Amino acid sequence: MAGPVISARELSLVFQTADAPVYALSKVNLAVEEGDFVSFIGPSGCGKTTLLRVIADLEQATSGTITVNGMTPQEARLQRAYGYVFQAPALYPWRTVERNVGLPLEIMGMDNPAERIARNLELVNLKGFEKKYPWQLSGGMQQRVSIARALAFDPKLLLMDEPFGALDEIVRDKLNQQLLELWDRTKKTVVFVTHSIPEAVFLSTKIVVMSPRPGRIIDVIETNLPRDRTLDIRETPEFLRLAHRVREGLKAGHSYED
Amino acid sequence: MSAAPAIAARAPAKEGGLALPVAVVCLVILVVWYLAAIPMNAVVTAPKIEAAGGGLLNMLSFSWNEARPVIPAPHQIAAELWKSIFTVKPWMPKSLVYHGWVTLSSTLLGFLLGSLLGIVLAIAIVHVNFLSKSLMPWIIASQTIPILAIAPMVIVVLGSLGFTGLLPKSLISMYLCFFPVTIGMVKGLTSPETMQLDLMRTYNASTSQVLWKLRFPSSVPFLFTSLKVAVAIALTGAIVGELPTGAIAGIGARLLQGSYYGQTVQIWAALFMGSFIAAGLVWLVGVIERVTLKRMGVRP
Repeated sequence: MAGPVISARELSLVFQTADAPVYALSKVNLAVEEGDFVSFIGPSGCGKTTLLRVIADLEQATSGTITVNGMTPQEARLQRAYGYVFQAPALYPWRTVERNVGLPLEIMGMDNPAERIARNLELVNLKGFEKKYPWQLSGGMQQRVSIARALAFDPKLLLMDEPFGALDEIVRDKLNQQLLELWDRTKKTVVFVTHSIPEAVFLSTKIVVMSPRPGRIIDVIETNLPRDRTLDIRETPEFLRLAHRVREGLKAGHSYED
Repeated sequence: MSAAPAIAARAPAKEGGLALPVAVVCLVILVVWYLAAIPMNAVVTAPKIEAAGGGLLNMLSFSWNEARPVIPAPHQIAAELWKSIFTVKPWMPKSLVYHGWVTLSSTLLGFLLGSLLGIVLAIAIVHVNFLSKSLMPWIIASQTIPILAIAPMVIVVLGSLGFTGLLPKSLISMYLCFFPVTIGMVKGLTSPETMQLDLMRTYNASTSQVLWKLRFPSSVPFLFTSLKVAVAIALTGAIVGELPTGAIAGIGARLLQGSYYGQTVQIWAALFMGSFIAAGLVWLVGVIERVTLKRMGVRP
């Protein structure tokens, strides 16, 4: 497909609240190319989740234009163009792991559900847990199930909203590594929301630094770290230089002030 | 090593620990009942006690064995229950089993109809925006009407249309018991989290897919809580439905006959029979609930 997977121009979103309008997004310009791993980073209230939800057609922009696969977000959603991973696993507690992963397949009426479920559970290293219920798994495993569920119907685009935000750092490191391998193997385009600088730098090919009040993009950083990086890369000067630039961007956006 | 046996030893102790307080509470109730029966029955028994020469023994004997007491002693009710359940053939009109079955059958039909109506109304209210505003007030208003006032009308009107017996009584049960089901199911069907609903939206799922794959399974715990309330109310409805026509069969009829002829022991026996049925039904719903939730993989 020619052209970017996601393209936003002068995108703004204003929430009308009781006292004053909230400028969640202000004149956002963004292009995400096929195969990119793009992170949105910024403090709470910078509009990073809102931007992701606009891409997913879970919120509608009030002005500006945005296309997903060259279509409106709504058309893209109706065509089931993306898989979405939420902040919490949001698994259905009455379904086993395999039936949770199979949920989108049931809804979309897809062929070979068993094969797809098995393939995607293997992708997130959860083979052997098919018959377990969500409460029998750890938080990290639950979030991996939700990633397998998002991938089950083979969308080219994966939208992830702070998927590891609720997990401890050790689990998070491991899942970051696994996610990177998964991205490398499946060649998906990933848009990833986070508020962790090391996570953003480690994972991304492109880091979008955002700032609140109004929600806007401060800086877009292209990283040139190798695709098959490991956690050790976080000790390298290049990594530290990128992390520094992200931090400077956040500072410039007054993200560290009250 | 030492921790495991300690835990194992504690579990049965808990069961035994519960039996004693339960027995004590029952005993206290019985004692209070027996004591209360003495002054309450005095209106009837005082002359007899006096005639027999008074004394504690006479007082107790007359107060607790009066044939038509104001309040019968527990053992009189137990004896009446025994007599009317086990010594009479269950299809005879003197049998409480017969009357219990008549009431139970219209309770079950009414409960079934009421639960279905309650679920259908809840589904409609959750999906059609204006219904929650327009229908809900009527549903609530329907429950503020005293059932004793409309039950005779329902029975008489339906009777004149040729519907007698089971159906009119079941309709009164239904009328009473759909309400908790509607309220519980509206709550249950709207209980899924935003994320779980957003997930369905990202799949472009249809309304009926969201209903069957998300809203309905989420509502199951709410449904069973409502059903427990509903089944007990359905029984009340069936008994009330048996009163106005001077019905010949059912717990309600038995209560009415008892009050006509001043047979308080018979009334109390019928009341107990009704409670046993109610307790049994609520217990049964509880068992089905546990089995269902277990099959749904709910954390034990």
